[in-house]
Amino acid sequence: MDQHEDNELSTIVKTQSDRHAAPAALRERIVTAIRQADAPSRPESTSQGWWQWLNRGAAFAMGVVVSVTAAYFFTAANAQERLAQEVVSSHVRSLMAAHLADVASSDRHTVKPWFTGKLDFSPPVHDLAVEGFALVGGRLDYIGGRPAAALIYRHRQHTINVFVQPRDDRSPAPPASFAAQGFNVTGWKGEAMQYWLVSDLNAGELRQFAQRLHKATDNAGS
Amino acid sequence: MKGTDRTRRFEAAVLPHLDAAYNLARWLLRDEQSAQDVVQEAYLRAFRFFDGFRGGDARPWLLGIVRNSCFTWLGQSGRDHVEFDEERDSGVLDAGIEAAANDPLRLLERKFERTQVNAAIATLPPLFREVLILRELEELSYDEIAQVAGIPVGTVMSRLSRARAMLRAALTQPDKED
Repeated sequence: MDQHEDNELSTIVKTQSDRHAAPAALRERIVTAIRQADAPSRPESTSQGWWQWLNRGAAFAMGVVVSVTAAYFFTAANAQERLAQEVVSSHVRSLMAAHLADVASSDRHTVKPWFTGKLDFSPPVHDLAVEGFALVGGRLDYIGGRPAAALIYRHRQHTINVFVQPRDDRSPAPPASFAAQGFNVTGWKGEAMQYWLVSDLNAGELRQFAQRLHKATDNAGS
Repeated sequence: MKGTDRTRRFEAAVLPHLDAAYNLARWLLRDEQSAQDVVQEAYLRAFRFFDGFRGGDARPWLLGIVRNSCFTWLGQSGRDHVEFDEERDSGVLDAGIEAAANDPLRLLERKFERTQVNAAIATLPPLFREVLILRELEELSYDEIAQVAGIPVGTVMSRLSRARAMLRAALTQPDKED
């Protein structure tokens, strides 16, 4: 019953039990159902009661959403936070659109050359599978108004996006730790490149991963 | 147009947590099809109540809706009379838990099959299974679990420690698995 045994038990549960992933069909069903529920031309597709609620509520709802959003952007009008928010949005988009990877491979010798000709820089690619962070692929993305190489890693069931861009001193430095919408963001500016990491992984482990990746890129001299 | 924007906002905030939602429902209901149906229903409910969501982290908010839908599905309120069970079950379970605590075979010295661990978790009563899954698999904080289950943080901690004790007991009594 002591702390040690709790940790042990915790490890057994984390590694030896199933975290069930939602079937892709469920995601589609939900998206369809929500869009139908929200489409003004098809009231018959939903139950009468909640359709009326929607109509009445829509204008008010929109007002609330707009003012909340506006308030957020004015109060948090800080460049670093805005960029971190953008990184989170990119991460969310990559998870939603079934467009996580343009090139799906755990082989860094496949992923790295894939970027050649698509970007005017060559991102350092490291596989940290032995440390529990497996490379799963790469994707072209766009962060802070500039193209970025997105490297995708997986740790247990968590997806991590690593956005790599050539170092730009005008752009805000990545935060040591930032959280929004249940995602954690961290990163650093290296000699040649700057790195933004985002994941639903807990902040501690994400930072650990950042440190390992940082070390790997330093050792490789990039 | 208005609706479309609201939909997009909802999707961006809530859809990324679909795996967490499904995992919780799948573990609580222990059935794939029911879990899918309940999660879909919970999402529509969340969509309806989205205006009541005041920003911040959508995950505990969504999981709260999902778990309530699950307990409704199970025919339980997820509150009062299960609290009663918690009290009542304590005495009955203590015997087995004591035995497990005194078991000279420590957990670390044994290798567990995935199926065995899954089965052991499945034997926990839903309210205890819930906190265990939220803590260990979804890695929620005590505060977030309290928010999801609608209980005080103190109850989260006692329930979690009870869940661990039950799980330890279930794992050290291999003949009781099913």
